[in-house]
Amino acid sequence: MNQLNHIDNQNINSAQPPIIVEGLTKSFGDFMAVDHVSFSVKAGDVFGWLGPNGAGKTTTIRMLLGLIKPTSGSASVLGFDPVTQTKTMQAHVGYMSQQFTLYNELTARENIQFYGRVYGLERDELAKRQAEILQMAGLVGRENVLTSQLSGGWKQRLALGCAIVHRPQVVFLDEPTAGVDPISRRDFWGLIYAMTKKGVTVLVTTHYMDEAELCQRVGFISGGRLVAMDSPSQLKRTHMRGQVLEINVTDPEKAVRILKSAQQSHKIPLDEVALYGAQIHAVLPDAEEYKESIRNILLQKNIQVNTLERIEPTLEDVFISSVT
Amino acid sequence: MTDEIALSMEGLSKRFRTSGGWNIAVDHLSLQVRRGETYGLIGPDGAGKTTTIRLLLGLLSRTEGKSSILGFDSMNDVYEIRERVGYIAQQFVLPADLTVMENMSFFANIQGVTREEQKNHIPELLAFAGLTDFTDRLAGQLSGGMKKKLALACSLIHEPQVVMLDEPTLGVDPVSRREFWNLLGNLRAEHGLTIFVCTPYMDEAERCTQIGLIYEGKLIASDTPNQIKHLVAGELLELTPSRFVPAQELMTGLEGVLEVQTYGEKLHVFVDQANRRMAQIEAALKAEGITDEGIRPIEVRMEEAFISLIRRQTNTEMKPAPEIALKGRV
Repeated sequence: MNQLNHIDNQNINSAQPPIIVEGLTKSFGDFMAVDHVSFSVKAGDVFGWLGPNGAGKTTTIRMLLGLIKPTSGSASVLGFDPVTQTKTMQAHVGYMSQQFTLYNELTARENIQFYGRVYGLERDELAKRQAEILQMAGLVGRENVLTSQLSGGWKQRLALGCAIVHRPQVVFLDEPTAGVDPISRRDFWGLIYAMTKKGVTVLVTTHYMDEAELCQRVGFISGGRLVAMDSPSQLKRTHMRGQVLEINVTDPEKAVRILKSAQQSHKIPLDEVALYGAQIHAVLPDAEEYKESIRNILLQKNIQVNTLERIEPTLEDVFISSVT
Repeated sequence: MTDEIALSMEGLSKRFRTSGGWNIAVDHLSLQVRRGETYGLIGPDGAGKTTTIRLLLGLLSRTEGKSSILGFDSMNDVYEIRERVGYIAQQFVLPADLTVMENMSFFANIQGVTREEQKNHIPELLAFAGLTDFTDRLAGQLSGGMKKKLALACSLIHEPQVVMLDEPTLGVDPVSRREFWNLLGNLRAEHGLTIFVCTPYMDEAERCTQIGLIYEGKLIASDTPNQIKHLVAGELLELTPSRFVPAQELMTGLEGVLEVQTYGEKLHVFVDQANRRMAQIEAALKAEGITDEGIRPIEVRMEEAFISLIRRQTNTEMKPAPEIALKGRV
C-alpha cells in the first residue's frame, strides 16, 4: 500500500457508521429524483437499496460516489464528504455496475492489472492482489482466457474482483447479479459475505426480491422518498398492508373470476387477487374474518375449496405494499 | 382446461457449428403443454430457452427431433402457426416514434386484422393492459413496465390461442413484474389462453401451472411447481453459524446430511429428517465451538430445488462429485 493510502486510512473514523446520509436531495428541474433521504449503514453490514425503476436508487449511489452533487443535504462515506473529498474517498470505495465494466478484449489477468494500476497499486501489492482475486473468482487456470470468452458467473466475479482490487472498505454494487445463473448468484453472495466478515460494508441494489432477503437491512425507495427501512423479517411484520391468503380450489381460473367480481362489488375488501400457478393469492385486511365468506361465495358457484390458509408475505409482497 | 395438447416437442435438438466444433444449444427436449396451461421454461442465461422458443416458432430450423404448436409442425406449417400464435421476442423493441394507438394499428395491419375487427379489439386490449389513458403517448416515452404491457397487447391483436413470451420481465422492476404476471393470470382465467414463457427468475415459477427446468440445453425436470419442489429429497434446515467455512465443512461430513448450500451468511442444509438431525447438528457445532443463532426448518423454494437438481445432474456426469471430495477431506 502506498504512502498516500496509508495516511488516509488513519483519517478514517472507525467509530461512526461508514455510510451516513442526511436529508440527501437531488432535483433535476422540478423533478425530485431523491427527496430528503436519511439513513446510515453500520460497518460490516449488507444494506439492500431497493425500489422500482426511476425511484432514485442509482441517483443516490451516484451522489455517494461523488459523481453528482446533491441539491441539498449531505452524505458521508468513511467520514469523507463525497462532494469536497471525492478523490480521497474514491481510493477507499469500490463500485461495480450492472454492465460489469470489464474489457472484453483483455484477459482476466489483464483486467485485474488494469484496474490495479488505475487505483495506483504498487507492483508487489498488485501481484499479491491479482493472485488473491483470481483465487476468489475461481479463475485460477483461466487467467489468460479472454474476458469475452468467460461465462456470466465468472465475468461477474471478475468484475467484483476488479472493483475491490484496491481493498476498499465500502463497496457499492448496482444490480450486480442481473442475468447470472442461480448457482453463480449463490457463489457471488458467498463472496459478498466473506468480504463483510473482514469489515467491508456493502450497499447493493437488486431487482431480485429473493436476494433482498439476503441483506441484513433493506431500504425501500419510491418516488425519491425512503418509505421503509429495516431487516427483511422485521419489514414483513411491520410493513405489510393486509394479510396474504392462499386459496386452493378445484377450478382456480373460474374461482379467480368470481373473486374478482366480489372484489369489484365490494363484497369482500380484497386489495389484490391473482392466480399463482394452481393457487390463488388474495391480499385482504384480515384473513380470518373473511375466510368463511370467501368459502361461501365460491361454494355457491360449485367450487370446492380444498385449503384456505394465511401465508407469510414474501418480501416482494411487502415491497409492493410499501411502494404502491 | 382441456386435455388437448397445445405445444409438443419430441427429442427436439439444435446444434450450432462453432469455430471449436459443435455447440449443442438444445439437447433432446421432450415435453408437452396442454391447452390453457401457463408453462414456464426456467433456466439461467445460455441454457437454451430462446433457442427452444425460436425452434417452436419455426424461426430456426431444428437439427433433430420434432415440434409442433396446435398440431402444426414448426418447420412446415409456419404460416398456420403465425396466424394462431402471439410472440414477444426477448429484446423486442416497439417503434418508439409511434404512439400507443399507432403501434396497435401497425401490428394489427401486419397481422391482417380488418378495420372492423380493430375497432372493437384495440380498445379492449388497451383497457386490458391499462393503457387506455395513454393512447397518444409515444411508445418511446413509456416506462419499462408499460412498454412490456403494450408489447403484450400487440402480441394479442390477432386473437392468438397461444402466446410465446421470451423473458418478458427482464429488467422490469418488481411492481411492474407483478402487474405483468397478473395480466397473464387474467388471460388464463378469462380466455383460457395457453402461455409459454421463458424466464430466469426462479420466483416466477410460482405463477405457472407447469414448469420445465432447463440447464445447458437439457430439460432437468418438468412438472407442476409443487411436484418439482418435492423432487428434491430430504428436508431443509437453515442456520447462521458464527464461523461460516468451518461450519460448512462440518455439515458436509455429518450423518444424514444430503446437501449443503450457502445462502449469504446462512447455510441451507438438506437432511433426511429435520427433527432427528437438528439436535445432532447443534451438538456437532457446539463441539467445534461454533455458535449459531438458531437452527430452524424452512420450506424448499424453487431456487433451492433448482440448484439441487442441477448439482445432482452435473455430479452424475462428472466424477468425483464435489461433495464426496469434500467428505474425504473432513
